Amino acid sequence: MGTTLEKIILAVVTIHRDKVGGGAPVFYAKDEDEMQQISFQLEKILDGMAHDLQNGTMIIVKHFS
Amino acid sequence: MNHMESYVWPIVLGVFVGFFSRMVMLRTDYRQYPTFPHGRVIHLSLGFIAAALGAVAVPALMEQDFTAITFLALAAQQFRDVRNMERNSLQQLDKMELVPRGYTYIEGIAMVFEGRNYLVIFSAFVSSLATVYFGWVGGIIMGAVAIVLDLFLMSGKVIKDIAIVKKGEVRLEGPNLYVDDIYIMNIGLKDTRDKIKQTGLGVVLIPKDANSIVTLSNTGQRQAILHDVSTILGVYRDTGEPSLVPLTKRSLSDGRVAAFLLPQEPDFERAKQIIGRIPVLEGAVRMPTRSSANHER
Repeated sequence: MGTTLEKIILAVVTIHRDKVGGGAPVFYAKDEDEMQQISFQLEKILDGMAHDLQNGTMIIVKHFS
Repeated sequence: MNHMESYVWPIVLGVFVGFFSRMVMLRTDYRQYPTFPHGRVIHLSLGFIAAALGAVAVPALMEQDFTAITFLALAAQQFRDVRNMERNSLQQLDKMELVPRGYTYIEGIAMVFEGRNYLVIFSAFVSSLATVYFGWVGGIIMGAVAIVLDLFLMSGKVIKDIAIVKKGEVRLEGPNLYVDDIYIMNIGLKDTRDKIKQTGLGVVLIPKDANSIVTLSNTGQRQAILHDVSTILGVYRDTGEPSLVPLTKRSLSDGRVAAFLLPQEPDFERAKQIIGRIPVLEGAVRMPTRSSANHER
Protein backbone atom coordinates (compact mmCIF):
# COMPACT_ATOMS: atom_id res chain seq x y z
CA MET A 1 0.00 0.00 0.00
CA GLY A 2 1.00 3.61 -0.17
CA THR A 3 3.83 4.72 -2.37
CA THR A 4 5.63 1.40 -2.69
CA LEU A 5 5.44 -0.54 -5.92
CA GLU A 6 3.01 -3.40 -5.68
CA LYS A 7 3.16 -4.74 -9.21
CA ILE A 8 5.84 -4.54 -11.87
CA ILE A 9 5.74 -5.85 -15.42
CA LEU A 10 9.00 -7.77 -15.66
CA ALA A 11 8.66 -8.92 -19.26
CA VAL A 12 6.29 -8.91 -22.21
CA VAL A 13 5.88 -11.87 -24.56
CA THR A 14 3.98 -11.28 -27.79
CA ILE A 15 3.24 -12.59 -31.24
CA HIS A 16 2.28 -9.14 -32.52
CA ARG A 17 5.39 -7.01 -32.94
CA ASP A 18 3.35 -3.89 -33.63
CA LYS A 19 1.26 -4.07 -30.46
CA VAL A 20 3.97 -3.70 -27.86
CA GLY A 21 6.76 -1.37 -26.84
CA GLY A 22 7.97 0.56 -23.84
CA GLY A 23 10.04 -0.08 -20.78
CA ALA A 24 9.87 -3.80 -20.05
CA PRO A 25 11.93 -6.34 -22.02
CA VAL A 26 9.89 -7.66 -24.95
CA PHE A 27 10.17 -11.21 -26.28
CA TYR A 28 8.78 -12.00 -29.72
CA ALA A 29 7.25 -15.41 -30.32
CA LYS A 30 6.21 -16.87 -33.66
CA ASP A 31 2.97 -18.45 -32.43
CA GLU A 32 0.80 -19.18 -29.36
CA ASP A 33 2.77 -22.30 -28.47
CA GLU A 34 6.09 -20.54 -28.44
CA MET A 35 4.54 -17.69 -26.46
CA GLN A 36 3.36 -20.18 -23.83
CA GLN A 37 6.77 -21.81 -23.77
CA ILE A 38 8.69 -18.55 -23.35
CA SER A 39 6.25 -17.36 -20.70
CA PHE A 40 6.62 -20.65 -18.84
CA GLN A 41 10.38 -20.25 -18.69
CA LEU A 42 10.17 -16.62 -17.70
CA GLU A 43 7.64 -17.32 -14.98
CA LYS A 44 9.92 -19.86 -13.32
CA ILE A 45 13.05 -17.76 -13.77
CA LEU A 46 11.64 -14.40 -12.70
CA ASP A 47 9.21 -15.68 -10.07
CA GLY A 48 6.52 -13.45 -11.51
CA MET A 49 3.03 -14.47 -12.57
CA ALA A 50 2.26 -14.94 -16.26
CA HIS A 51 -0.96 -13.24 -17.31
CA ASP A 52 -2.68 -13.62 -20.66
CA LEU A 53 -4.04 -10.38 -22.10
CA GLN A 54 -6.02 -12.44 -24.65
CA ASN A 55 -4.77 -10.40 -27.58
CA GLY A 56 -1.72 -12.46 -28.43
CA THR A 57 0.33 -10.88 -25.65
CA MET A 58 1.35 -12.19 -22.27
CA ILE A 59 2.93 -10.24 -19.45
CA ILE A 60 5.03 -11.47 -16.54
CA VAL A 61 4.05 -9.53 -13.45
CA LYS A 62 5.74 -9.51 -10.08
CA HIS A 63 3.15 -9.07 -7.33
CA PHE A 64 4.51 -7.73 -4.08
CA SER A 65 2.32 -8.08 -1.06
CA MET B 1 5.67 -12.28 61.94
CA ASN B 2 2.79 -14.50 62.90
CA HIS B 3 0.25 -12.73 60.74
CA MET B 4 2.56 -13.07 57.71
CA GLU B 5 2.44 -16.84 58.08
CA SER B 6 -1.32 -16.76 57.76
CA TYR B 7 -0.86 -15.60 54.19
CA VAL B 8 1.29 -18.54 53.14
CA TRP B 9 -1.70 -20.63 52.07
CA PRO B 10 -3.50 -17.89 50.12
CA ILE B 11 -0.30 -17.15 48.20
CA VAL B 12 0.58 -20.77 47.54
CA LEU B 13 -2.94 -21.59 46.43
CA GLY B 14 -3.22 -18.43 44.35
CA VAL B 15 0.04 -19.14 42.55
CA PHE B 16 -0.98 -22.73 42.00
CA VAL B 17 -4.40 -21.86 40.59
CA GLY B 18 -2.92 -19.11 38.40
CA PHE B 19 -0.19 -21.34 37.05
CA PHE B 20 -2.64 -24.15 36.45
CA SER B 21 -4.97 -21.84 34.56
CA ARG B 22 -2.08 -20.75 32.33
CA MET B 23 -1.31 -24.40 31.65
CA VAL B 24 -4.92 -25.04 30.73
CA MET B 25 -5.03 -22.01 28.45
CA LEU B 26 -1.74 -22.77 26.75
CA ARG B 27 -2.63 -24.83 23.74
CA THR B 28 -0.15 -25.97 21.16
CA ASP B 29 -2.38 -27.29 18.40
CA TYR B 30 -2.01 -27.70 14.63
CA ARG B 31 -0.64 -24.17 14.49
CA GLN B 32 2.32 -25.29 16.60
CA TYR B 33 2.32 -21.95 18.28
CA PRO B 34 3.69 -21.34 20.89
CA THR B 35 6.44 -23.51 19.57
CA PHE B 36 7.40 -26.64 21.44
CA PRO B 37 9.30 -26.90 23.77
CA HIS B 38 10.93 -23.50 24.32
CA GLY B 39 8.01 -21.31 23.32
CA ARG B 40 5.96 -23.12 25.92
CA VAL B 41 8.62 -22.76 28.58
CA ILE B 42 8.65 -19.00 28.01
CA HIS B 43 4.91 -18.72 28.42
CA LEU B 44 4.69 -21.03 31.42
CA SER B 45 7.37 -18.97 33.15
CA LEU B 46 5.58 -15.73 32.40
CA GLY B 47 2.36 -17.37 33.56
CA PHE B 48 4.04 -18.24 36.85
CA ILE B 49 5.13 -14.64 37.33
CA ALA B 50 1.60 -13.44 36.54
CA ALA B 51 0.17 -15.93 39.03
CA ALA B 52 2.58 -14.78 41.73
CA LEU B 53 1.64 -11.15 41.13
CA GLY B 54 -2.06 -11.91 41.40
CA ALA B 55 -1.67 -14.01 44.53
CA VAL B 56 0.56 -11.55 46.36
CA ALA B 57 -1.79 -8.65 45.69
CA VAL B 58 -4.31 -9.96 48.23
CA PRO B 59 -2.04 -10.02 51.33
CA ALA B 60 -0.72 -6.62 50.26
CA LEU B 61 -4.25 -5.24 50.31
CA MET B 62 -5.03 -6.97 53.61
CA GLU B 63 -2.02 -5.39 55.23
CA GLN B 64 -3.17 -2.04 53.86
CA ASP B 65 0.01 -1.83 51.87
CA PHE B 66 -1.63 -0.01 49.01
CA THR B 67 1.59 0.99 47.34
CA ALA B 68 2.22 -2.69 46.66
CA ILE B 69 -0.66 -2.51 44.18
CA THR B 70 1.47 -0.33 41.93
CA PHE B 71 3.27 -3.58 41.21
CA LEU B 72 0.27 -4.54 39.13
CA ALA B 73 0.94 -1.56 36.89
CA LEU B 74 4.43 -2.91 36.40
CA ALA B 75 2.90 -6.26 35.51
CA ALA B 76 0.68 -4.65 32.88
CA GLN B 77 3.76 -3.07 31.33
CA GLN B 78 5.50 -6.41 31.40
CA PHE B 79 2.68 -8.21 29.61
CA ARG B 80 2.34 -5.53 26.98
CA ASP B 81 5.91 -6.43 26.16
CA VAL B 82 4.81 -10.05 25.79
CA ARG B 83 2.42 -8.92 23.10
CA ASN B 84 5.20 -7.01 21.37
CA MET B 85 7.54 -9.96 21.56
CA GLU B 86 4.97 -12.31 20.07
CA ARG B 87 4.08 -9.88 17.33
CA ASN B 88 7.71 -9.37 16.33
CA SER B 89 8.66 -13.01 16.26
CA LEU B 90 5.52 -14.03 14.38
CA GLN B 91 6.08 -11.33 11.78
CA GLN B 92 9.62 -12.52 11.26
CA LEU B 93 8.47 -16.11 10.87
CA ASP B 94 5.64 -15.10 8.57
CA LYS B 95 8.07 -14.01 5.87
CA MET B 96 9.14 -17.60 5.42
CA GLU B 97 5.66 -19.07 5.06
CA LEU B 98 4.38 -20.23 1.68
CA VAL B 99 0.99 -18.91 2.67
CA PRO B 100 1.50 -16.20 5.31
CA ARG B 101 -0.74 -15.73 8.32
CA GLY B 102 -1.21 -12.04 7.68
CA TYR B 103 -1.02 -9.13 10.10
CA THR B 104 -4.53 -9.45 11.49
CA TYR B 105 -4.01 -13.07 12.50
CA ILE B 106 -0.64 -12.23 14.10
CA GLU B 107 -2.15 -9.33 15.98
CA GLY B 108 -4.93 -11.62 17.16
CA ILE B 109 -2.47 -14.22 18.46
CA ALA B 110 -0.32 -11.58 20.17
CA MET B 111 -3.38 -10.08 21.83
CA VAL B 112 -4.43 -13.48 23.13
CA PHE B 113 -1.06 -13.97 24.82
CA GLU B 114 -1.36 -10.66 26.62
CA GLY B 115 -4.99 -11.22 27.53
CA ARG B 116 -4.40 -14.69 28.97
CA ASN B 117 -1.76 -13.38 31.33
CA TYR B 118 -4.33 -10.98 32.77
CA LEU B 119 -6.74 -13.87 33.15
CA VAL B 120 -4.02 -15.66 35.10
CA ILE B 121 -3.62 -12.67 37.42
CA PHE B 122 -7.38 -12.61 37.85
CA SER B 123 -7.62 -16.33 38.70
CA ALA B 124 -4.73 -16.12 41.15
CA PHE B 125 -6.23 -13.04 42.76
CA VAL B 126 -9.72 -14.45 43.34
CA SER B 127 -8.53 -17.80 44.64
CA SER B 128 -6.06 -16.13 46.96
CA LEU B 129 -8.81 -13.80 48.19
CA ALA B 130 -11.19 -16.71 48.76
CA THR B 131 -8.52 -18.57 50.71
CA VAL B 132 -8.07 -15.63 53.06
CA TYR B 133 -11.79 -15.54 53.85
CA PHE B 134 -12.98 -19.14 53.50
CA GLY B 135 -9.87 -21.28 53.96
CA TRP B 136 -8.27 -23.49 51.38
CA VAL B 137 -11.52 -25.27 50.41
CA GLY B 138 -13.02 -21.93 49.44
CA GLY B 139 -9.83 -21.07 47.57
CA ILE B 140 -9.92 -24.24 45.53
CA ILE B 141 -13.61 -23.79 44.70
CA MET B 142 -13.08 -20.18 43.62
CA GLY B 143 -10.00 -21.25 41.67
CA ALA B 144 -12.03 -23.84 39.79
CA VAL B 145 -14.74 -21.29 39.07
CA ALA B 146 -12.12 -18.84 37.82
CA ILE B 147 -10.57 -21.42 35.51
CA VAL B 148 -13.97 -22.30 34.04
CA LEU B 149 -14.56 -18.59 33.53
CA ASP B 150 -11.14 -18.31 31.83
CA LEU B 151 -12.01 -21.11 29.44
CA PHE B 152 -15.29 -19.38 28.66
CA LEU B 153 -13.55 -16.05 28.07
CA MET B 154 -10.81 -17.49 25.88
CA SER B 155 -13.09 -19.03 23.31
CA GLY B 156 -14.34 -16.65 20.65
CA LYS B 157 -16.53 -17.04 17.61
CA VAL B 158 -15.61 -19.20 14.65
CA ILE B 159 -16.36 -18.86 10.94
CA LYS B 160 -19.30 -21.26 10.98
CA ASP B 161 -21.08 -18.92 13.40
CA ILE B 162 -21.01 -16.10 10.89
CA ALA B 163 -21.06 -17.79 7.49
CA ILE B 164 -22.31 -20.80 5.57
CA VAL B 165 -19.50 -22.76 3.88
CA LYS B 166 -20.52 -24.03 0.45
CA LYS B 167 -18.63 -25.78 -2.32
CA GLY B 168 -17.85 -23.60 -5.31
CA GLU B 169 -17.08 -24.77 -8.82
CA VAL B 170 -13.60 -23.91 -10.07
CA ARG B 171 -14.03 -22.72 -13.64
CA LEU B 172 -11.58 -21.52 -16.27
CA GLU B 173 -12.76 -19.31 -19.13
CA GLY B 174 -9.68 -18.93 -21.27
CA PRO B 175 -7.09 -17.57 -18.85
CA ASN B 176 -9.71 -16.28 -16.40
CA LEU B 177 -10.25 -18.26 -13.23
CA TYR B 178 -13.61 -18.18 -11.49
CA VAL B 179 -15.07 -19.82 -8.42
CA ASP B 180 -18.78 -20.00 -9.23
CA ASP B 181 -19.46 -16.51 -10.58
CA ILE B 182 -16.68 -14.74 -8.68
CA TYR B 183 -13.59 -13.73 -10.64
CA ILE B 184 -10.34 -14.80 -8.99
CA MET B 185 -7.41 -14.08 -11.29
CA ASN B 186 -5.83 -14.34 -14.72
CA ILE B 187 -3.75 -17.47 -15.26
CA GLY B 188 -1.51 -17.09 -18.30
CA LEU B 189 0.15 -20.49 -18.58
CA LYS B 190 -1.65 -23.53 -19.95
CA ASP B 191 0.54 -25.69 -17.73
CA THR B 192 -0.67 -23.88 -14.61
CA ARG B 193 -4.28 -24.07 -15.78
CA ASP B 194 -3.99 -27.84 -16.07
CA LYS B 195 -2.60 -28.08 -12.55
CA ILE B 196 -5.40 -25.90 -11.26
CA LYS B 197 -8.01 -28.12 -12.93
CA GLN B 198 -6.54 -31.08 -11.06
CA THR B 199 -5.93 -29.69 -7.59
CA GLY B 200 -7.98 -26.49 -7.32
CA LEU B 201 -10.79 -26.45 -4.81
CA GLY B 202 -13.39 -23.72 -4.68
CA VAL B 203 -15.22 -22.71 -1.53
CA VAL B 204 -17.84 -20.00 -1.20
CA LEU B 205 -18.55 -18.37 2.16
CA ILE B 206 -22.03 -16.92 2.41
CA PRO B 207 -22.27 -14.41 5.27
CA LYS B 208 -25.22 -14.90 7.59
CA ASP B 209 -25.98 -11.23 8.29
CA ALA B 210 -24.95 -7.65 7.60
CA ASN B 211 -22.26 -7.71 10.29
CA SER B 212 -20.62 -10.83 8.96
CA ILE B 213 -20.49 -9.36 5.44
CA VAL B 214 -18.13 -6.68 6.73
CA THR B 215 -16.15 -9.04 8.96
CA LEU B 216 -15.62 -11.54 6.15
CA SER B 217 -14.56 -8.83 3.75
CA ASN B 218 -11.52 -8.06 5.91
CA THR B 219 -8.42 -9.15 4.02
CA GLY B 220 -6.74 -10.25 7.25
CA GLN B 221 -9.61 -12.60 8.04
CA ARG B 222 -9.47 -13.99 4.51
CA GLN B 223 -5.71 -14.51 4.72
CA ALA B 224 -6.21 -16.37 8.00
CA ILE B 225 -8.60 -18.74 6.24
CA LEU B 226 -6.07 -19.40 3.47
CA HIS B 227 -3.27 -19.90 5.97
CA ASP B 228 -5.15 -22.33 8.18
CA VAL B 229 -6.45 -24.44 5.30
CA SER B 230 -2.95 -24.54 3.80
CA THR B 231 -1.46 -25.56 7.13
CA ILE B 232 -3.86 -28.43 7.69
CA LEU B 233 -4.53 -29.71 4.18
CA GLY B 234 -1.12 -28.86 2.76
CA VAL B 235 -0.61 -26.54 -0.17
CA TYR B 236 0.23 -27.20 -3.80
CA ARG B 237 2.72 -24.39 -4.06
CA ASP B 238 6.40 -23.55 -3.97
CA THR B 239 8.77 -20.68 -4.57
CA GLY B 240 9.20 -20.13 -8.29
CA GLU B 241 5.55 -21.08 -8.83
CA PRO B 242 3.98 -17.67 -8.40
CA SER B 243 0.79 -18.58 -10.27
CA LEU B 244 -0.14 -21.39 -7.93
CA VAL B 245 -1.42 -19.19 -5.17
CA PRO B 246 -4.53 -19.64 -3.03
CA LEU B 247 -6.63 -16.49 -3.10
CA THR B 248 -9.90 -15.09 -1.83
CA LYS B 249 -12.06 -12.66 -3.72
CA ARG B 250 -15.34 -11.14 -2.83
CA SER B 251 -18.55 -10.70 -4.71
CA LEU B 252 -19.09 -6.96 -4.59
CA SER B 253 -22.83 -7.22 -5.03
CA ASP B 254 -23.72 -9.42 -2.05
CA GLY B 255 -20.57 -9.87 0.05
CA ARG B 256 -20.03 -13.57 -0.58
CA VAL B 257 -16.37 -14.51 -0.36
CA ALA B 258 -14.93 -17.07 -2.76
CA ALA B 259 -11.81 -18.90 -1.67
CA PHE B 260 -9.68 -20.57 -4.30
CA LEU B 261 -7.65 -23.21 -2.50
CA LEU B 262 -4.82 -25.47 -3.60
CA PRO B 263 -4.76 -28.26 -1.03
CA GLN B 264 -2.58 -31.33 -1.41
CA GLU B 265 -5.75 -33.37 -1.16
CA PRO B 266 -8.79 -31.63 -2.68
CA ASP B 267 -11.34 -32.90 -0.18
CA PHE B 268 -14.19 -30.44 0.22
CA GLU B 269 -15.71 -31.98 3.34
CA ARG B 270 -12.47 -31.67 5.27
CA ALA B 271 -11.88 -28.16 4.00
CA LYS B 272 -15.40 -27.28 5.15
CA GLN B 273 -14.71 -28.63 8.64
CA ILE B 274 -11.46 -26.70 8.84
CA ILE B 275 -12.85 -23.41 7.59
CA GLY B 276 -15.83 -23.70 9.93
CA ARG B 277 -13.48 -23.84 12.92
CA ILE B 278 -11.21 -20.96 11.99
CA PRO B 279 -11.48 -18.22 14.63
CA VAL B 280 -13.15 -14.96 13.76
CA LEU B 281 -10.29 -12.53 14.33
CA GLU B 282 -10.91 -9.78 16.85
CA GLY B 283 -9.25 -7.27 14.60
CA ALA B 284 -11.65 -8.08 11.77
CA VAL B 285 -14.96 -7.95 13.65
CA ARG B 286 -17.25 -5.08 12.71
CA MET B 287 -20.78 -4.49 13.95
CA PRO B 288 -22.30 -1.96 11.57
CA THR B 289 -25.82 -2.87 12.72
CA ARG B 290 -24.98 -1.54 16.16
CA SER B 291 -24.30 1.92 14.82
CA SER B 292 -26.61 4.54 16.26
CA ALA B 293 -27.10 5.77 12.71
CA ASN B 294 -29.21 2.68 12.17
CA HIS B 295 -31.43 3.25 15.18
CA GLU B 296 -32.18 6.95 15.00
CA ARG B 297 -35.56 7.94 13.75
